Amino acid sequence: MGQDLHEQSLTQLAAGLESGDFSSVELTEALLRRIESHNRALNAFLTITAEQALAAAKLADEARAARNAGVLNGLPLAHKDIFCTRDVLTTCGSRMLENFVSPYDATVVERLAGAGAVVLGKTNMDEFAMGSSNETSYYGPVKNPWDLEYSPGGSSGGSAAVVAARLAPAATGTDTGGSIRQPAALTGTVGLKPTYGRVSRYGMIAFASSLDQAGVITRSSEDAALLLGVMAGFDERDSTSIEHPVPDYVAGLSKSLKGLRIGIVRQHFDEGLDEQTGAAVRESLAVLESNGAILTEVDLPNLDLSVPTYYVVAPAECSSNLSRFDGVRFGHRAEDPEDLYDLYCRSRGEGFGAEVKRRIMTGTYVLSAGYYDAYYLKAQQVRHLIADDFHKAFADVDVIAGPTAPTPAFKLGDKTDDPITMYLNDIYTIGANLAGLPGISTPCGFVDGLPVGLHLVGPHWGEEAILRCAYHYEQLSSWHQACPENYK
Amino acid sequence: MSGSWEVVIGLEIHTQLATDSKIFSGAPTTYGAEPNTQACLIDLGYPGMLPVLNEEVVRMATKFGLAVNATVAQRSVFARKNYFYPDLPKGYQISQFELPIVEHGELFITDADGNDKRIGITRAHLEEDAGKSVHEGLGKSSGIDLNRAGTPLLEIVSEPDLRSAKEAVAYMRKIHTIVRYLGISDGNMQEGSFRCDANVSVRPHGQEKLGTRSELKNLNSFRFVEKAINFEVERQIELLEDGGKVVQETRLYDSDKDETRPMRSKEEANDYRYFPDPDLLPVEIDAAYIEAVRETLPELPDAKQHRFVDEYEIRADDAAILTASQPLADYFEEVAAATQGNPQGVANFVIGDLSAALNRDGIAVEQSPVSAAALAGLLDRIKDNTISGKIAKEVFEAMWAGEGSADEVIGARGLKQITDSSAIEAVVDQVIAANPGQVAEYKAGKDKLIGFFVGQVMKETGGKANPGQVNTILKQKLR
Repeated sequence: MGQDLHEQSLTQLAAGLESGDFSSVELTEALLRRIESHNRALNAFLTITAEQALAAAKLADEARAARNAGVLNGLPLAHKDIFCTRDVLTTCGSRMLENFVSPYDATVVERLAGAGAVVLGKTNMDEFAMGSSNETSYYGPVKNPWDLEYSPGGSSGGSAAVVAARLAPAATGTDTGGSIRQPAALTGTVGLKPTYGRVSRYGMIAFASSLDQAGVITRSSEDAALLLGVMAGFDERDSTSIEHPVPDYVAGLSKSLKGLRIGIVRQHFDEGLDEQTGAAVRESLAVLESNGAILTEVDLPNLDLSVPTYYVVAPAECSSNLSRFDGVRFGHRAEDPEDLYDLYCRSRGEGFGAEVKRRIMTGTYVLSAGYYDAYYLKAQQVRHLIADDFHKAFADVDVIAGPTAPTPAFKLGDKTDDPITMYLNDIYTIGANLAGLPGISTPCGFVDGLPVGLHLVGPHWGEEAILRCAYHYEQLSSWHQACPENYK
Repeated sequence: MSGSWEVVIGLEIHTQLATDSKIFSGAPTTYGAEPNTQACLIDLGYPGMLPVLNEEVVRMATKFGLAVNATVAQRSVFARKNYFYPDLPKGYQISQFELPIVEHGELFITDADGNDKRIGITRAHLEEDAGKSVHEGLGKSSGIDLNRAGTPLLEIVSEPDLRSAKEAVAYMRKIHTIVRYLGISDGNMQEGSFRCDANVSVRPHGQEKLGTRSELKNLNSFRFVEKAINFEVERQIELLEDGGKVVQETRLYDSDKDETRPMRSKEEANDYRYFPDPDLLPVEIDAAYIEAVRETLPELPDAKQHRFVDEYEIRADDAAILTASQPLADYFEEVAAATQGNPQGVANFVIGDLSAALNRDGIAVEQSPVSAAALAGLLDRIKDNTISGKIAKEVFEAMWAGEGSADEVIGARGLKQITDSSAIEAVVDQVIAANPGQVAEYKAGKDKLIGFFVGQVMKETGGKANPGQVNTILKQKLR
């Protein structure tokens, strides 16, 4: 056994378990020890489910002995704390759900468990997934394993940090405007957001229902493909999940890169992009080109409207989605309310943080009588234009490429006073959410010691194309194998 | 009452659809269960829960749309109506707003002059019901019962075409009849399955512009609808005639005091911020689906009523009464088919004695202890002169009480009609002899006394003498 267990990817671990090099209990124990020693500094796990994990690992080992092993049998992973997990605290990064123990499992949780996965714990996140730095979490920010003074990005910052720090080989995430891909880029991990409707939203606490999509953060595209194959598929409990065949994503990876048409978004390299980040991305594209891919430029003329459009649609939906947190049936409840109105006002006033309140208010405003047409309706129209832009672009290319985020990780506290600058961090990722397209971020270099990501977007159901492209790039580079010094 | 004022009314009727499970969850809809035992995590609005449309409600709404000659939308959209209330677990109600499933329908009622009057149906949309707050027996606290949360409703909105409380009731009754014919609602008003809000305004006759309206909430009986509207109309007219102004507001009807009064304004100062529900796809149905549903439509009340008049030649108003309830109409047809008696006679008996007995005992016609076949047997005995119509009432009551078939009761009680002329003559002679004074008066021209003599003969024969024969014989003998 050459590598330590924590150094191995999910795919490597699966092979090791299968060949009997180690047991799931041994693997789980090793990772739990790592979590024990590193989590305090990283603040990446909100809940560590050691006991349940060891019990599940034991069952997995028994299942393997009985030749009854699922594809993920005995493989440990972590869940973003936005996924409801039965009998386990599910806080969504909020004080509002500080005491919320879910009575049921989300479909994602259920499917991964059904394939034999072992859950190590629940990861920290921006409150209700609203944020790009993990600083809106009620439980404090997650630290970037590459430099503890830096943000790991968000909202799936906890998931990205645990994978980057080798505390877990993989973690689930959710992506509403870039919440999987941006933290993946900022932590040197792979982040996959599937096509809207590819993975069930049942049991995923809703932020903006028409944009939210579950995905994964992993060490490689191969691992992402492995997990997606388990998570994807129609779920009758989510009306927006779509009946569409689930291909063998892992088998599709090795298909040749030759002739793959990659569109480079002209607008992505405009002002706002950090120069060195841009250079790293260009270099990665050159690598792909020299290995058979065909590069062309594509136009997404309405791209500059994506951030403002997003900040109308997402808050509108969140203002309604978060109405259920009223202190009546679950979650935070104000003490000694004078009357119903007081119960509502104080429960919500105390339970929600500033960014969540900002978005609820924005959303309430844009849906109000007299403003609906000017904001919400207009934003929906622009959303169609943006989707059309992508649609047109995909007539000529198989994959659209660019930077995942405009800069590498920023220092914690640097952008907290300026929501707009923070929002602009998602400028390259939001379009895929508005259009419902799959996107992936894979590491493509370092700027001042901090990782940056290459962003690939596919057409609807184009997961295979972007996974294949990322996979080949990973074979041609080694960025995704880089490990932060203190976590080797 | 309204004098120089014209009354304008529009109704919003909430019909609970008779599905087994809720509109967006699999929880049962059974009425009267222990609080919160029929609410699943979706109904409770738990984090991460998503609605899934019960397709049965689409079929039911389509049926209704076709029954009222409306357009059934091939694409309709669920929207969220946002407001906070403890009985609304998600903080929004899923309803239909801009694109309802049914639009532009109509039905006909009979107006005060007996003419058909068309009432437009603006729209009918699907939505979920809320739960309810419970204030009794919990001390200073209030409880929430979410059993009703998520129960499917079809909200049927009329045009402001109704011109009196009576018309409003006639319209509401018609809708009530239709939804029960279609089998899409049990129409049970005590359980709240069928209730309405009334928009009421008045304007001077001849004025085009509508007056300011008030909305009367949650009227759950036909009687209350009529009383509440009448009270409200009078209130508005008095107010206007005294130089006041009607305020647009929501009012509640208090049936104990028979008055309407404003609801607290806080409850209505809402901007509902409707927007399409992103958790649900638009409801898309095609022409083939609509045609398939059309195939399943039963004969509707108006068609049945016209058929009854044509086929059975009964009076139109009787046909209306019989067809107001499908089971009653079915019962009538079963009796009419089985008896030798004439259909009008059947109608009279069903509307009269049978309905009275059903009402008295508070049971539905389907539970009638006298079956349609048994009633036909009774009417046959009138037709063949075995008994008179009067005796038939006694026989019917005995049948109702379980004493057997018409023939068994007639036999056991010796109620067979006397048709033997000589036997009747003997009694007539006896009555004439016993009442010389009246005989003299009759002969002096007081013809009306014939009734007295018939009565005496019937009394002597225990009601069993054939009334026609008695009449003839009396007239001969008194000549």
